[in-house]
Amino acid sequence: MAKPLDNRAWFLVLPVVALVAFSALIPVMTVVNYSVQDSFGNNEFFWNGTGWFKELLDPSTDLGGRFFDALWRTLLFSAICLLIEVPLGIGVALTLPRRGWGVAASLVLLALPLLIPWNVVGTIWQVFARRDIGLLGAAVNGLGIEYNYAQTPLAAWVTVVAMDVWHWTSLVVLLCYAGLRAIPDAYYQAAKVDGASSWAVFRAIQLPKMQRVLTIAILLRFMDSFMIYTEPFVVTGGGPGNATTFLSIDLVKIALGQFDLGKAAAMSIVYNLIVLTVCWVFFATTTRSQSEAVQ
Amino acid sequence: MARIAFEHLAHLYPGSSAHALKPMDMVWEDAGAYALLGPSGCGKTTLLNIVSGLLRPSEGRVLFDGRDVTALPTERRNVAQVFQFPVVYDTMTVRENLAFPLRNRGVPAAAARARVEHVAGLLGLSAMLDRRARNLGADDKQKISLGRGLVRDDVAAILFDEPLTVIDPHLKWELRSRLKELHRQVPVTMIYVTHDQTEALTFADRVVVMSEGEVVQVGTPEALFDRPAHTFVGHFIGSPGMNLLPCAVEGDAAILPGGHRIGLPRAYPRLSGRLELGIRPEFAALARDGLPVTLRRIEDLGRRRIARVELEGMPFAATLPEGMAVPAEPRLALDPARLHVYADGRLAAGEG
Amino acid sequence: MTVRADGLALSAGGQAVLHPVTLELQPGLPNVLLGPTGAGKTTLLRLLAGLDRPSAGRLFAEGREVTGQPVRRRSVAMVYQQFINYPTLSVFENIASPLRVAGLKRVEIEGRVKEAARLLRLEPYLARRPLELSGGQQQRTAIARALVKRAALVLMDEPLANLDYKLREELREELPKLFAESGSVFVYATTEPAEALLLGGSVATLSEGRVTQFGQAGEVFRRPADLATARVFSDPPLNEAPARSEGGRLVLASGAVLPAPVAGLPEGDCTIGIRAHQLSLEPLPGAVALPAEVRVAEVTGSESYVHLSVGGLDWVVLAPGVRRPEPGQAVTVWLDPQRCLVFGADGRLAAVAALAEAA
Repeated sequence: MAKPLDNRAWFLVLPVVALVAFSALIPVMTVVNYSVQDSFGNNEFFWNGTGWFKELLDPSTDLGGRFFDALWRTLLFSAICLLIEVPLGIGVALTLPRRGWGVAASLVLLALPLLIPWNVVGTIWQVFARRDIGLLGAAVNGLGIEYNYAQTPLAAWVTVVAMDVWHWTSLVVLLCYAGLRAIPDAYYQAAKVDGASSWAVFRAIQLPKMQRVLTIAILLRFMDSFMIYTEPFVVTGGGPGNATTFLSIDLVKIALGQFDLGKAAAMSIVYNLIVLTVCWVFFATTTRSQSEAVQ
Repeated sequence: MARIAFEHLAHLYPGSSAHALKPMDMVWEDAGAYALLGPSGCGKTTLLNIVSGLLRPSEGRVLFDGRDVTALPTERRNVAQVFQFPVVYDTMTVRENLAFPLRNRGVPAAAARARVEHVAGLLGLSAMLDRRARNLGADDKQKISLGRGLVRDDVAAILFDEPLTVIDPHLKWELRSRLKELHRQVPVTMIYVTHDQTEALTFADRVVVMSEGEVVQVGTPEALFDRPAHTFVGHFIGSPGMNLLPCAVEGDAAILPGGHRIGLPRAYPRLSGRLELGIRPEFAALARDGLPVTLRRIEDLGRRRIARVELEGMPFAATLPEGMAVPAEPRLALDPARLHVYADGRLAAGEG
Repeated sequence: MTVRADGLALSAGGQAVLHPVTLELQPGLPNVLLGPTGAGKTTLLRLLAGLDRPSAGRLFAEGREVTGQPVRRRSVAMVYQQFINYPTLSVFENIASPLRVAGLKRVEIEGRVKEAARLLRLEPYLARRPLELSGGQQQRTAIARALVKRAALVLMDEPLANLDYKLREELREELPKLFAESGSVFVYATTEPAEALLLGGSVATLSEGRVTQFGQAGEVFRRPADLATARVFSDPPLNEAPARSEGGRLVLASGAVLPAPVAGLPEGDCTIGIRAHQLSLEPLPGAVALPAEVRVAEVTGSESYVHLSVGGLDWVVLAPGVRRPEPGQAVTVWLDPQRCLVFGADGRLAAVAALAEAA
């Protein structure tokens, strides 16, 4: 509403601007630079224009086909994760105690998976789900169900999804719990007086009041799952075959495995633009619908 | 609709040593307008929550029309409640908000629709039925809260928990008088909790004054004003409250500090305990003759003026009559018919 | 010490949030900003504090211009509607906090805190924490913290709104003494006309982002400059009736005629305004009888507010004694032209009748 009173405040922002320039802008420019050139090693580069991008976005080419396969795979993974984690997170948040010693205990328990580094999570699940020595793998096979994430694509998917759900549902729970705690008691009392069922209370009060935190939760979970790398890489290495080769894994294969810097650079730019676009569209539509509702 | 009775009702919060509500027996008649009046922490909200079923009393019973409802949860008591801060269901329209309690109880859509439109008419909400509830002003939101109670034809009582707290003064008048009109049209028991004496007195047929978990007086607004049963009531009702002066009583005369002798409207037997003479500022006026006082300040309230004076060093509030210039040597005239004597805070009964 | 606002205004997105305000604020007596929610009271307070920069106009403290100076470099203290204290600090430390920030000597701090605590009757509670106190004591702590700074300008935004009625009465009585004893300029925002009168200083009435009048409280109450001011400064709401001024008479829409309260009233459309206590249900000498229908009556114990429908207009009469007429009952209300305010077609005050000013 009012202008800042002291323009010298901008000096305080300078260190951050410098940091962002070094950590983000310069690497991004390097990537942009690679994406329009071809290289045969020995630090020799040739101008390639939009060649890589054309190839990448044309599904009939080798690179394009590979890219779209990985893209659909990643989108499917994100969709499955969101479909499981968001309802599950809301459900768990609703069952958490609202007061008493149980609050602190359950919050600490829930936060535990969030504190474990990605590669450790991968390692834990790699062992946990092994059919020979893993508790889960052995148990499932013991029940007579054929389960081997190193051999069947379905088993690999189940494992990777289960791992993500185990690792990240807590985040959704914590966000939803914060949203639920912010609802004044009077709302629940009013609903009781109005004879509302638990489902009606959820629809009329809890869900609308959680809308903002849910927006954040969905956004965070989408970005993270869409860019997932470490855990599936540790567990399945992208296999069996290409079954769990998500965009990030494919990107690393191209960049480091085949050392196709130009292709990889073009791919990472497109990858980045997809994430940005999806997040922006999602954020813009939800915040607009919220602000319309407020006015 | 219901007659609400309390039998030996009391409440002690777990882990607390003092009663939040001291043992009491009381009856609220069907279709009456009651107010629970008292300062924060006097137990009025505790009593309200016991009526609504949000709180189960530690002792005693609550009866609705003779039926014991002490153990019944809120949703099975047929009470409606309006809260301090307006509660509306944000995502719904006004119409959906009003229909919500009916939908929850499985009332057929056509009947619900007719009922909602009838209630919207009573509350003056007809024109905004299809607007989103969250975009309305605080006063309209409170009307919606009230409307959700009124749509149910089985409602036994409507409870109001300081419903005008967040409403601007001008809208308070509108809402309050509409509420009062509504009570005439829809004879349902209404219970109104507030710390604001004006709201309590203007709303209720009978006011229940509470202090420290105890009901100190139940009466009509006139009774509370004319014959406060307790010095607390004298102080709490009226603005400024009743003047209380330490005194001694000899038959039909009171002796004030400084030896001033005042004639009382009735004779009193020998009274024991701490004695006080009570008179409301409305019945004590600055005049040419009377008790000598020192003037401290004049408060101009627009439609009347209050003189803050000192009588033998004790603060006293009196009326400065309309048109009277502020006297140089002010004296205080007390209307003898309006004097009351209190012994240990309680109204002493006189003879004649 | 005085504070002067000279054409202070704020607009946002091309729309005026606050129209230009010119005020001269004096110490000793409170300067009350009176108006309903959304009238611009808080906007004006924030401009005076320097929290927002005005889009036009200038602000002077002691004759020196301070427009645009950051709030931290001005001598300003603020009290809010919510009781804002540091929950983990004792009452003493809460009051002392601005002095610690200012780096005062220990002895000096102790002296000033004791002084403020004495004024606000907080001495017995200095060692306690705010949450162990009643609402009134918590708000007194917040006020003490504002006073102890000895700021040139103390701004209070509806400080008593969250308190119980009786506590509010008590503090309303104490505050004017504080204002008189301190050398600061006090600005006090409220929605309640009664509070503005009780505090007894100057009043600026606000309506829809405009200061409509500024003057001594009683004076503004009795001679409101325009209809908007009269509306803001009436509780119960002002009774109004559209009328025509014709040849020394006022003709109401219902056809009723009353003599003009003063000579020389301009001809044409006007609005009659009369407050609830100036109307009567008993015949008054010189008054005109109007037929009315009772809507509802509210009894306060010693008086009754009788809500009437008078020729389609909603009016409130404050009648002495206890009255409970039945809704729908026909009554007569007596309108004394000598107790009316008359506003011209432009809303400006055209006439104040002799008795309209009576207390």
